[in-house]
Amino acid sequence: MEFLSYLISGLSLGSVYAIIALGYTMVYGIAKMLNFAHGDVIMVGGYISYIALSKLGLPVWVSVLLAMAVCTLLGILIEGLAYKPLRAAPSLAVLITAIGVSYFLQNSALLIWGANVKSYQSVVNGTLKLFGNQLSISYVSILTILACVVIMVGLTVFTAKTKMGKAMRACSEDKGAAQLMGINVNKTISVTFAIGSALAAIAGVLLCSSYPTLVPTTGSMPGIKAFTAAVFGGIGSIPGAFLGGLLLGIIESFAKAYISTQLANTIVFAVLIVVLLVRPAGLLGKYVPEKV
Amino acid sequence: MSKLKKNASGFKLNHYLTYIVVTAAFLAVTFMNQGGILNKKMQGLLVPVCCYIIMALSLNLTVGIMGELSLGHAGFMSLGAFTGVVVSQSLVDTVPNEAVRLCISILFGAVIAAVAGFLIGLPVLRLRGDYLAIVTLAFGEIIMDIINCLIVGHDSKGVHIIFNFKGDKSVADLNLLEGGKAIIKGAQGAVGTKTISTFFAGFVMIMITLFIVQNFIRSRTGRAVIAIRDNRIAAESMGVNVMKYKMIAFVISTTLAGVAGVLYGLNFTGITAVKFNFNTSILVLVFVVLGGLGNMLGSIIAATVLYILPEALRQFSDYRMLIYAIVLILVMLATNNPQLKALLQKINPFNKKKEGGAVQ
Repeated sequence: MEFLSYLISGLSLGSVYAIIALGYTMVYGIAKMLNFAHGDVIMVGGYISYIALSKLGLPVWVSVLLAMAVCTLLGILIEGLAYKPLRAAPSLAVLITAIGVSYFLQNSALLIWGANVKSYQSVVNGTLKLFGNQLSISYVSILTILACVVIMVGLTVFTAKTKMGKAMRACSEDKGAAQLMGINVNKTISVTFAIGSALAAIAGVLLCSSYPTLVPTTGSMPGIKAFTAAVFGGIGSIPGAFLGGLLLGIIESFAKAYISTQLANTIVFAVLIVVLLVRPAGLLGKYVPEKV
Repeated sequence: MSKLKKNASGFKLNHYLTYIVVTAAFLAVTFMNQGGILNKKMQGLLVPVCCYIIMALSLNLTVGIMGELSLGHAGFMSLGAFTGVVVSQSLVDTVPNEAVRLCISILFGAVIAAVAGFLIGLPVLRLRGDYLAIVTLAFGEIIMDIINCLIVGHDSKGVHIIFNFKGDKSVADLNLLEGGKAIIKGAQGAVGTKTISTFFAGFVMIMITLFIVQNFIRSRTGRAVIAIRDNRIAAESMGVNVMKYKMIAFVISTTLAGVAGVLYGLNFTGITAVKFNFNTSILVLVFVVLGGLGNMLGSIIAATVLYILPEALRQFSDYRMLIYAIVLILVMLATNNPQLKALLQKINPFNKKKEGGAVQ
């Protein structure tokens, strides 16, 4: 029973990582940039839904939609102001700009909402008791796992079937050729950022519901972990991000339970290193040999 | 061809210019300090600035010269810092002379960081691009976590080390003899360190670092590393052993980071492992990129200005980090956006001349 409960909490944590990692991986696949500000968009989503839920007393679904709307706007704004002018710049310059945006978001949050820890009111309460109270699963965990599966399926269908999804895949394969085929590359990249940021808002709500402390740096560590998850699964690959996120969550949960709380992160990162040594492009990533 | 020649001569000028600028800055700051112009806060910044300059130079070797992104450089600084603290605190009675003790500590810190750099380099340098970056990040976090569990004490029998992996150990478990003292207390970090780092030591170490890095770049090995950066396949087909040369550059880089760490660790009575987290690695990376990849003088200036900037902005208190973020974004936009760059060049008549001197 203990094992099952650790597995479920791992799956739930992993689902949050997976949702964040999807945002990372989509942006990387298309814009070939590591968006270090992604974690901070999660934090903004958390704060917006916190204000809507606890201060304004709005219903849960309105709060979540509001958070998604604000984060989507924020994503488009960040992309347009900070990343779009650097489309042709070296990737390191874009990386540093992303770090600047990350500092900017964190410090803006610090000024607007203060450094005090906000205790987040979970979007769903209660636990499900199974096997005569031996196994208890919180509804938040179930919701998180469900949300992750729905998003995963939705994104897969979106990229496979819709026109915009096809445009995204075309841009990630070859931007120049995509442009020649009449695809608006800039618009496609903006839409990718918008989707990624909306997902980050959902991740923010779910993360804060499971771990109800909200501070301006809430998003950093999950952001780094999700980035790790994206690389773990093979960066640029949507099923890879899903698999990487879930595995990372489960490994972290088991490491905390059975080995050592202090070393949980170390074990997660050690597994990542071993996986990358065996499969240099991640679990589901395509290894592209260089052409001479 | 003419561009190449121009770059080569600019390189040479830059080479000596850097030493002159650093020495002049050191003398100026020393006179200002003796004249009482610097306040207490600024005096406190002197050694950390030196440490971050060494860090920036060392990371520039990895990122600028070797062309690989490292996101875990603070880990090596951390190794240096805690090794330095343990060595120095253990030798307090044996080696009373502070300068000698500092030298011994720096030596030990450098060796430990070099060994760690070699061991970590073995897996890391086989990877490429963003995958290499994420693994350095992973190692940085692992080093931080492990040092966070470290408990070290010293008594008449020598140094005692235990790891607090389960969260159930404390200083009492070291079983120190009478008169022994704890040096590192797990998550509390190093406590009660005797501060022996000086501004002069920082200056000397910057000069040594510069000497090593500048001469390395101009050596046969350095040229091989640059060749690998510019075109790995071409270099490999010319018979350059990619792994070997990358490893040499990486180990030199981590060793220097360890030296910076020792100076940093011995400048404060207490430091924690969390100080050397991902954000510190990123901070140094920002110095390197803003200073210009491969440009050592640029790294030095960027590290100095950007480390002091948040302090100088103290009067804006809450807004200072926000201003810092905006400045960072604007500088990156101004230096990398083609339209803005063209606009700046039109406004500034000196800009065209500067372009030629800048080393790629």
